[in-house]
Amino acid sequence: MLTTSGGWLLLLAVLAPFVGVLAGLALGGRNAQRVAMLLLPVGLAVAIGIAGSLVQSGETVVYLLGGWAPPLGIALRADGLSAVMLLAIAVVVCGIGVYARADFGSAAGEPEQRASFVYWLLLLAVWGSLNLVFVSGDLFTLYVALELLTFSGVPLVCLDGKGETLRAALRYLLFALAGSLLYLLGAVLLYGGYGTLDIVLLGARVQPEPIAWAAATLMTVGLLAKTALFPLHIWLPPAHAGAPAAASAVLSALVVKGSWFLVLRLWFDVMPGVVTLPAAQLLAGLGATAIVVGSVVALRQERLKLLVAYSTIAQIGYLFLLFPLAFDASGSMLVHGAVLTGGLLQAVAHATAKAGMFMAAGLIYAALGHDRIADLGGVARAMPVTVLAFAIAGLALMGVVPSGAYLAKKLLLDAADSSGQWWWTIVLQGGAAFTAGYVVLVLTNALRRPAAPVKLVKRVSRLSEYAALALAVCSLLLAFAALGPVPSSFISNPLLPKELGPTLLVFLGGALLALGLSRRSLFGTGDTDGSMRRAAVAVGRGFEQTDAFLRRWPTAGLALLLLAAAFAWLMLSRSL
Amino acid sequence: MIEVLNFGLAALILGLAVWTIVAREAPAAVVGFIVYGLLLTLVWVQLQGIDVALTEAAIGGGLTGVLLISAAVRLRSTESTARAQRPSASTRWLAAALSAAVTAALSICVLALPEPAPTLAPEVLANIAVTEVGNPITAVLLAFRAMDTLLEAIVLLFALIGVWSLAPDRAWGGRPGLLQQADPNGILAYVARVLPPIGIVAGIYIFWIGADHPGGKFQGATILAAMWLLVMMAGLADAPPISRRWLRWLLVAGPLAFIAVGVVGAVTAGAFLSYPQGYAKTLILVIEFALMPTLTLILGLMLLGAPQRGETS
Amino acid sequence: MTAGTLFGLCAAVLIGFGLYGLIVNPHPLRKILAFNVVGSGVFLLFGAIAYRGAGAGMGGDPVPQALLITGIVVAFSATALAVALLLRLFDETGSVTLSSDPPPKSGDDTGAH
Repeated sequence: MLTTSGGWLLLLAVLAPFVGVLAGLALGGRNAQRVAMLLLPVGLAVAIGIAGSLVQSGETVVYLLGGWAPPLGIALRADGLSAVMLLAIAVVVCGIGVYARADFGSAAGEPEQRASFVYWLLLLAVWGSLNLVFVSGDLFTLYVALELLTFSGVPLVCLDGKGETLRAALRYLLFALAGSLLYLLGAVLLYGGYGTLDIVLLGARVQPEPIAWAAATLMTVGLLAKTALFPLHIWLPPAHAGAPAAASAVLSALVVKGSWFLVLRLWFDVMPGVVTLPAAQLLAGLGATAIVVGSVVALRQERLKLLVAYSTIAQIGYLFLLFPLAFDASGSMLVHGAVLTGGLLQAVAHATAKAGMFMAAGLIYAALGHDRIADLGGVARAMPVTVLAFAIAGLALMGVVPSGAYLAKKLLLDAADSSGQWWWTIVLQGGAAFTAGYVVLVLTNALRRPAAPVKLVKRVSRLSEYAALALAVCSLLLAFAALGPVPSSFISNPLLPKELGPTLLVFLGGALLALGLSRRSLFGTGDTDGSMRRAAVAVGRGFEQTDAFLRRWPTAGLALLLLAAAFAWLMLSRSL
Repeated sequence: MIEVLNFGLAALILGLAVWTIVAREAPAAVVGFIVYGLLLTLVWVQLQGIDVALTEAAIGGGLTGVLLISAAVRLRSTESTARAQRPSASTRWLAAALSAAVTAALSICVLALPEPAPTLAPEVLANIAVTEVGNPITAVLLAFRAMDTLLEAIVLLFALIGVWSLAPDRAWGGRPGLLQQADPNGILAYVARVLPPIGIVAGIYIFWIGADHPGGKFQGATILAAMWLLVMMAGLADAPPISRRWLRWLLVAGPLAFIAVGVVGAVTAGAFLSYPQGYAKTLILVIEFALMPTLTLILGLMLLGAPQRGETS
Repeated sequence: MTAGTLFGLCAAVLIGFGLYGLIVNPHPLRKILAFNVVGSGVFLLFGAIAYRGAGAGMGGDPVPQALLITGIVVAFSATALAVALLLRLFDETGSVTLSSDPPPKSGDDTGAH
């Protein structure tokens, strides 16, 4: 294991944002924003450089810190997985940075304001921490990275200082800290059992035995709590909906990706032979439930930002569908392959689309002074770019060709077919309809002609609108970027009957869901609801109550431990 | 004899942990937790981890205890409302059962730990000569895994930024904490005049000897921070406003110096945070010197909390 | 029973106690205390592992012991942030309950941008 050329770029990817925070803090005032804007292209260039170095050498980029090799020292490593995530996050951060100038920009000569100063520091902090998560090769450094990420993300939630957001931030912090401790406990067990914390060395030494099962269970469950996978999503809706839009974009699109990525690393690289297919089925099962529950509760929301927050919960579910499909032919070990690429594409598509969605929602809120979905009529005419951004982001998430989500879905569908797991086919195809549901809901309301012309409280920055649109378009065109490692036969003309048919079906399914489940009837008054709609609304209310029940602290805590027990059982039962 | 001591310590610790969890009043629970921290220090000594014992005593028991007890006293009025929200008995039974299951699983793991235990001690011994320090823990913290120490300083700074971000808008840039008025002839003022010189010497000593004996910058910085806090608590000095330039620069000086040394290593010895032949101890001392004031400031400021008063108060 | 095994088992029990407290105690300050108990349990387990790794003339494996110092400091900073947040919540709203808030009925006055 030696440092490769280009390895220093890994270090730069981590240190540049951190040095930015230090410089911004010391220089104070408007300089925090200046430093952040300066570092946006730098970080992007570094990410591109790492990807280039990887493609050129064809091997993992490695950097040995201090010149010491593991197990004594710490190594930074970037494989394809890391490189793609580094690049995606850099692009999203650039988009958010441009967008946030309107919200958190300060004029020259102004004294230092709390929110506008701290936001830029936290944006850089999140970026640096995420980069560290993607390139670190040591489990303890990853623990420190997770804590860095939490400390950078929590203050973003309560940036406006209001009581409810403070409460949401505290809930997030406590739950996230519990998750980190469980992760650390697992890492401690792994050191006790195998004498190293390096990912590559552990991958070679770990065996299916009680210590490995316990570590896998604890670390997975801890990371799931930080990723807010159903039913551990207690903290996410109020936190993401309560934060300012530029902060919600960071939280939803970026922060949750860190802990998800660690689950990937853990399952695929540290313990591929220890985690079993039944455990992966449980993981994906939770994901499927997240898609259904998250989407239905999203449909029941009255406020746009809460809808987008619940849609994040649904989309996080998608990120976990890849696990049972990535096992090798004998079903005993996880392998890097097309399915992992699919999962990665899903994550990148989600990051860009979700950022675009929150940014659009934030612009609508700023312009209208509220974000009530039922009163969005006329906004499409008044702010066409913003609504277009929302629509494109929604289309991308639904998996319409040629979005990244579409390609990801195809890759996973192939694996589901070849491994005979037909139930995931249903989930993958049906999930899109659920996503379409809430997108249709918002768009119908936005496109509706209002009774009185809509009054804009404030003019929003054109630049911010275009930033949102740009990110949404990235998400839609992602499939083209991924053509290299994926055969081009996967992407077909979206207007061909073969593709158009399923797309229209998805829309139809979504429209039906929206008609049935939305809180206010889509068309006209809801006084004389038919029995069908009454039944659908009852179902929707049931989902909402289940969600509210799960989001109480004792229930969530119990769910955490119960999940741990379930995972542990599913892992060790193979050896019984 | 040692066996009996160990069993006794373990029993006391478990008892105090139970007390911390189930005590009715928060201040009582926190006091129990502080004693728990002190006993844990003894356990660390038994486990041959003197450096860890020093850190646990200073930070785990000491600073954390101060933080929690002042919070417990401030939040006294919220306790009865909170008690009314206790979950039902069935929830508590389920939680107890699941927690017991976790304990059982972990105990199995402890008993299943491999024998002989895998360890990196021989590797450390083989490579410690290059680092020119005598304390193996310092060698790990500042040579083999120096990146973790750098990140740790950054974590502390980010937590401080997070704490500061909680200030009300009107108090941003101002002084943290409330103005302390202590009787200038009282015992607190007396102690705050007598103790700091001794404390400062002790803190610097512990920092200095960390290179070759148990000790180091974190433990030393904690003592210095405690002395600073004592002086502020007695009203002999006031907290600095957070907008002051010198404060900001001192805060970032530590990590920046650390990174600068790392870059020097990259240029002269081929990798970030490696040390050129013969200069290892010097560079390590430079890092520690630069980090001391930063750490002292961060630890003290974190305990003071977010700015509460405007700059001119 | 060696000190390593004894304190390892002790750590397992501490983690169980702490998890119980974290789930059951409704007051956030007690949750923070419970979190610290779990944290000290995890650290104690690591310390027992370090003790078992004694060798080469040292009383314990220095790598875990060094990591423990980092861990204790990180746990302290987490506690500090949590306490600061809790106190601010109290100052702002007068109550410290963490219970889930129902989604507000009308969208524009309670809150968030």
